[in-house]
Amino acid sequence: MKILVTAAGDSLESPVDPRFGRAAHYILIDSRTGEHEVVDNPASTAPQGAGIGAAQRVAELGAEYVLTGHCGPKAFRTLTAAGIKVVVGVEGTVGEAYQRFLEGGLSAAEEADVEGHW
Amino acid sequence: MRIAIASGKGGTGKTTLAVGLALTADRPLQLLDCDVEEPNCHLFLQPAFHDSRGVGIPIPKVDVSRCTVCGRCGEICQYNAIVALRTRPLVFPELCHGCGGCLRVCPEEAITEAVREIGVVERAQCGSIDFAHGRLRVGEALSPPLIRAVLEIAEDGEGITLIDAPPGTACPVVAALRRADCAVLVTEPTPFGQHDLELAVEVVRKLDLPFGVVINRAGSGDDRVQRYCAAESIPILQEIPDDRRVAECYSRGEVPALALPEQTLRYRELFGRIVELAQRSGSAHLGEGRRA
Repeated sequence: MKILVTAAGDSLESPVDPRFGRAAHYILIDSRTGEHEVVDNPASTAPQGAGIGAAQRVAELGAEYVLTGHCGPKAFRTLTAAGIKVVVGVEGTVGEAYQRFLEGGLSAAEEADVEGHW
Repeated sequence: MRIAIASGKGGTGKTTLAVGLALTADRPLQLLDCDVEEPNCHLFLQPAFHDSRGVGIPIPKVDVSRCTVCGRCGEICQYNAIVALRTRPLVFPELCHGCGGCLRVCPEEAITEAVREIGVVERAQCGSIDFAHGRLRVGEALSPPLIRAVLEIAEDGEGITLIDAPPGTACPVVAALRRADCAVLVTEPTPFGQHDLELAVEVVRKLDLPFGVVINRAGSGDDRVQRYCAAESIPILQEIPDDRRVAECYSRGEVPALALPEQTLRYRELFGRIVELAQRSGSAHLGEGRRA
């Protein structure tokens, strides 16, 4: 299973980026192997609909879970349509977030937790 | 002749000027308020609208039974208004700019056009003024299609159409200026006024429009705008002196150009100079074939 964490930097030590659509980087972790890769987010500078564009990107990457700070309604709708579960309210470093997720301390959101353009 | 009243900076007096020119003109004319996000000419004209029509943009409607979720619609959409992921396409109508790209690239012909209303155009006769404006629906982000719909009313030929343009220098202003024959840029003699005037000048030059400047509230700042215009060989069409009575008029909903006789004179002078500018540019246009 692939888990994607929004990241302010490009390593597991980077803080989780609270933004989903306009996150600086994504870190994709394969829970089978424990390996991770840093991927860019071309939607971060989109004039509009960054959350939707980002969700498309996440779907292409084959992630099943997204760990992030906040997720707006359009991004949430798009991720859900792609069958991707979203965990919001995630803080700390990317590595810590991933560990908490593995330990079962994080559960998927039922709906967007913020309005668009928060 | 279509004369656009524009400015980079907001609040310099576009509407005051446009309404004042319309009400003091020596002939019947058209006034089109193209500041569709917050039109305000009507506050001074108090029109009884006799005509109102909705304006919409085309948005995609997907026949889910034909969609194979190939994703091409999402690839071509520059506005993230449509995506197709795994099981079904998703449309976000409020993000759609109505370009029709998704419809053309869909190999299954699963997409057709539906219409989404973004605002209304309202029209009224106010004395000798043929008035119209656009009102964008609250929350709507895309104003140029509505501005274009207002401009469809603009007359061709010798009659004069005054266009009250939105502020700024982005797409809405370009939409309002695109069909104008000349532009009047309203500014104020302050650092902000000059800075945003320079941006507006860049826009009208890019659009190849003849233009002149009106300095509103002249005397309230310094002479930086005059110096800039002299250096750039930009004609100053009029200076309207800073006067507390103008603000007093405005606060009562009155039009300074009508209420203050010395202002009336300045507006009439200005009107003459604008018409001259438009006529000169009209013949220049014909000569150079720029309208072709």
